Amino acid sequence: MKISYNWIKEYLDLNVKPADLAEKIERTSVEVDDVIKPSDGLKKIVVGHVLSVEAHPDSDHLHICQVDVGEDDPLQIVCGAPNIAKDQKVIVALPGSRIADNVKIKKSKMRGVPSAGMICALQEIGFPEDVVPKKYADGIYVMPADATPGDAVYDYLGMNDSLIDLDVTPNRGDMLSLYGTLHDLSAIYDLPVKFDQPAVQETGAAIADQLTVHADAELAPQYRMRLVKQVKLAPSPMWLQIRLWNAGYRPINNVVDITNYIMLKYGQPLHAFDYDKFSGQDVYVRTAKAGEKLTTLDEGEHDLDDHDIVIADDQKPIALAGVMGGLDTAIADGTVTVAIEAAVFEHDHIRKAAQRHNLHTDASQRFERGVNQAGVQEALDAAAEMMTNLASGEVQAGTVVATDNEPEPAVIDITMSHINAVLGTELSQDQVTHILTTLGCDVAAEGEKLTVTVPVRRNDIHIPADLLEEIARIYGYDDLPATLPTGRMTMGELTPAQKLMRATRHSLEGLGLNQAISYALTTEDKAKMFLMQPSETTKLAWPMSSDHAVLRMNVITGLLDDIAYNSARKVKDVALYEQGRVFYREDGVDRPSEQEYIAGAITGTLLPTAWDLPAQPVDFYQVKGIVEAYLKDMAVNGDVTYVANHDLPEMHPGRTADILVHGHRIGFMGQVHPTIAKQFKIGATYVFELNLQAIIDMPKQENQYDVISRYPAITRDVAMLVDDEITNEQIVALIEKRGGAFLQSVKLFDVYDGVKVPKGKKSLAYTLTYQDKHATLVDDAVTQAFEKVEKRLQDDLGAEIR
Amino acid sequence: MSLKDKLTELHDRGLAEIKKSADLKDVNQVRVSLLGKKGPITEVLRGMRDLDAEERPKVGAFANEIRDDLTAALAKRREELENAVLNAKLANEAIDVTLPGTPVAKGEPHVIQQIIDQIEDLFLGMGYQVLSGPEVEEDKYNFEMMNLPKNHPARDMQDTFYITKEILMRTQTSPMQARTLETHDFTKGPLKMISPGVVYRRDTDDPTHSHQFHQVEGLVIDKHITMADLKGTLQVLAHELFGDKFDVRLRPSYFPFTEPSVEADITCFNCGGKGCKVCKNTGWIEVLGAGMVHPNVLKMAGVDPDVYGGFAFGVGPDRFAMLKYGVDDIRNFYLNDVRFLKQFTKKG
Ligand SMILES: [Zn+2]
Repeated sequence: MKISYNWIKEYLDLNVKPADLAEKIERTSVEVDDVIKPSDGLKKIVVGHVLSVEAHPDSDHLHICQVDVGEDDPLQIVCGAPNIAKDQKVIVALPGSRIADNVKIKKSKMRGVPSAGMICALQEIGFPEDVVPKKYADGIYVMPADATPGDAVYDYLGMNDSLIDLDVTPNRGDMLSLYGTLHDLSAIYDLPVKFDQPAVQETGAAIADQLTVHADAELAPQYRMRLVKQVKLAPSPMWLQIRLWNAGYRPINNVVDITNYIMLKYGQPLHAFDYDKFSGQDVYVRTAKAGEKLTTLDEGEHDLDDHDIVIADDQKPIALAGVMGGLDTAIADGTVTVAIEAAVFEHDHIRKAAQRHNLHTDASQRFERGVNQAGVQEALDAAAEMMTNLASGEVQAGTVVATDNEPEPAVIDITMSHINAVLGTELSQDQVTHILTTLGCDVAAEGEKLTVTVPVRRNDIHIPADLLEEIARIYGYDDLPATLPTGRMTMGELTPAQKLMRATRHSLEGLGLNQAISYALTTEDKAKMFLMQPSETTKLAWPMSSDHAVLRMNVITGLLDDIAYNSARKVKDVALYEQGRVFYREDGVDRPSEQEYIAGAITGTLLPTAWDLPAQPVDFYQVKGIVEAYLKDMAVNGDVTYVANHDLPEMHPGRTADILVHGHRIGFMGQVHPTIAKQFKIGATYVFELNLQAIIDMPKQENQYDVISRYPAITRDVAMLVDDEITNEQIVALIEKRGGAFLQSVKLFDVYDGVKVPKGKKSLAYTLTYQDKHATLVDDAVTQAFEKVEKRLQDDLGAEIR
Repeated sequence: MSLKDKLTELHDRGLAEIKKSADLKDVNQVRVSLLGKKGPITEVLRGMRDLDAEERPKVGAFANEIRDDLTAALAKRREELENAVLNAKLANEAIDVTLPGTPVAKGEPHVIQQIIDQIEDLFLGMGYQVLSGPEVEEDKYNFEMMNLPKNHPARDMQDTFYITKEILMRTQTSPMQARTLETHDFTKGPLKMISPGVVYRRDTDDPTHSHQFHQVEGLVIDKHITMADLKGTLQVLAHELFGDKFDVRLRPSYFPFTEPSVEADITCFNCGGKGCKVCKNTGWIEVLGAGMVHPNVLKMAGVDPDVYGGFAFGVGPDRFAMLKYGVDDIRNFYLNDVRFLKQFTKKG
């Protein structure tokens, strides 16, 4: 809502600049989006008097005009507007002027004819297209005949006013009007406001004999009409047009303009019907019947149903109540009798109707938020009065009323101690009473208890907390002290799960992976990939796009999307991890369960290639090293094993392992299947995905001290040739089982399956370390143990010791 | 020539030879030739037996002196030469210290995570718990118990991803207010919590909108919590995140679940409060919404609003990060361009 600074000043004796007023409003009532002075940025734009118009010799639409701009000699200006005519007062942008969008106007030639400036349309000096009167929409604007050539145009057009654009929150419907804003400003500045008192001259016959209105109080708690005859449609006077276009409304004619003006002033939407188009003398407020149709003012056609409130005559709907009037009964050329409607419609119906018919109008916005239910008749009277003054209308005697349920004002009890206890202030009873009184409340005190009667127009105030807000904001939030909560002490501590999640992130970052946060909503295809367990998908009912329509059931695909994004931007080395939730759903249950997962994905090289570090493309074992180190950091209690899995559809069948802790599968790792990688448009990528919740829930080892032996260790190396099918795990398990009491560790130090070994075989070499913690080991004992192991390797695994 | 003179001559000649020696091999030869068993000093000493008993010890002492002196000179020369060899070797080993260091594997936390951790740590220090709630919520908690009944006009303010009529992607972290209020045992102490997490809105992604972003909810409920406590708490938060120079101001606003409701602005980073394009010439930037918990919210969660009350606030880490670092496109946070992720490496 754009509110005029000048209009405010007509009612309130304010001595502040527009920018300061806007700041005050923002600090005390509602947000201000902008303060605009329409003439800002414009230069040398004056009134011109067209002395003559001649056709351009080389053009069929240009005219050569001599224009008096208040100087000794007229200017010659070439103008292409179809509506240019001799004797018009027009808007002239002089040579050297600036018009809208910072465009500079210079002397020029148009088809060989010199032109000193430009005759302007309103749009060219910054008026939005939708406020320009229709008559001038496609041509230049014609100024009032009494405008003086050479004067700047701004004051004639209301462009030196400042317009404060309020962003009114849903609770403050009262601020969608001049009067509502004035009430608030009166409290903010502690200044009196003098409101107008409408005086209707009822010169016509009794309305009751000409019109009857019927309404259901549930649909329209208030419904009333006045009737004005013999109106003379005409353009509104300049001052009224200025009020309207500065507020963002297009001036149409005096009758329609009056209804818009009253809405801006009082916040009460009105509708003007052409009474002579009514079928019969009765007007009904009712729900629509199935099959009924209505063409609204904007020429939109609407199918109605029983959720819609309509205004109807004897035959059919004539308006969508509170939203928009019908085209058939609209004010149009030839209208002489006007029925003015002022009403309060039930807000919920209006909100839904506006949504259903996609008609969010200024009227519907105000009815949704609630209008001043104590001011309906006043607004109606003010409109009738203006129709006499501006359209020579003959107001018929009386108002027809269908319903008149003005609500009782809210009465709220509040105590001074409560006010100060909640706000943390030490306000006196006088201060509080004064604030509430300036807001228009009646305050009765009984000891420290205040009984506050709230004006009906403030339909947002019902409970003591609402009054606290009023007191706090008018008192000023800057004056509120700043303290910290006191009272009983509490401990602030992360839970074990939260600590583990933080440790997880730190561990993986330490291992070289960057934290990613990807979208949890993805495509149905991606949601279903890399599944750790069977699950139904969870879909959005109304997604914005198929890219983000289904909740993920894996974290990896998000990371693959990230890698694709990097790859498309020529970033080839990417190492990412993500900690987040996956959403598993059981059939027949609407709500999925949310599980914490952790996943990683690496493509290219983990370490950046450098002058002293040759490129080492990421491989299975590098990622396995990361997973091993991470699980070691988490100290899961139990053997971690890696078991080849050839059956995960999105993974490389020969390069994928399930990750088991104590035999329990907690995740998998390996290379993404090349076909899937291709689908994502990425290169070879290695990934892991772990059920973080499972890791959180597992028992953990505590750190403990183990004595470091003083006695020397002895090592023996063994190299062997085995069949390809024999795994490292089998060999290590056998060595550990048969290694004897002093075997401390087995370490693989070489794997070879190149040309020097027979086909179907591979060569493995291990270092075995022996140590006695309590004595020096005898070489013989080691040799004995070692030979035993060698024999076992030969016997059990068919190894050929080399 | 007396023995003494001979010795003196030997001494001088010896010192000269030592000085002349060019490498360790030379030094060794000089040592053997001077002090060896067949060397001149031994020979001279052998001639001592011809001396009288009276002279013998004097000459003997002198000879020892000379031998010690030559030995010391040899040692010194050896050390000099050894140092020279070492220095030459080290000089040979010189490297270009300006070549870059070998890369190490190092990952970075996401900038949003860094801000969330910072907020968590601040409030943990003030005795708050950190709680996390479901991202797929019930309409009941996301809206109804937050004082937004089914037909509330403010529901239009947030477009919601519904899954079914009653199940939705949470549009805010506020449902955690209702969830914790329902379960908190006030006999055990006040409720002080923050709840960070992901929220979702039915928006088209563009530089300033994202269908997924983050929020941190804060809630304090006890018997004597004031709006001044809210103001003080938000000040601490702003100082922690942005620095002590930043002021906080409150403005009236509207949220269905708080009354009074406020919006908090902080001093503009870009201009320090003078007014610029970023802050639309106000000198202030809106950073969060807050207020005193609405009595209806307490009542619906089974907490007596006549006894208990307090404040709630909701902050947006995405917005903070955008403001703090001048990030001009919110989508950067969710596309994970490594060149973006690697920009926020400062620790502590
Ligand atoms: Zn600024």
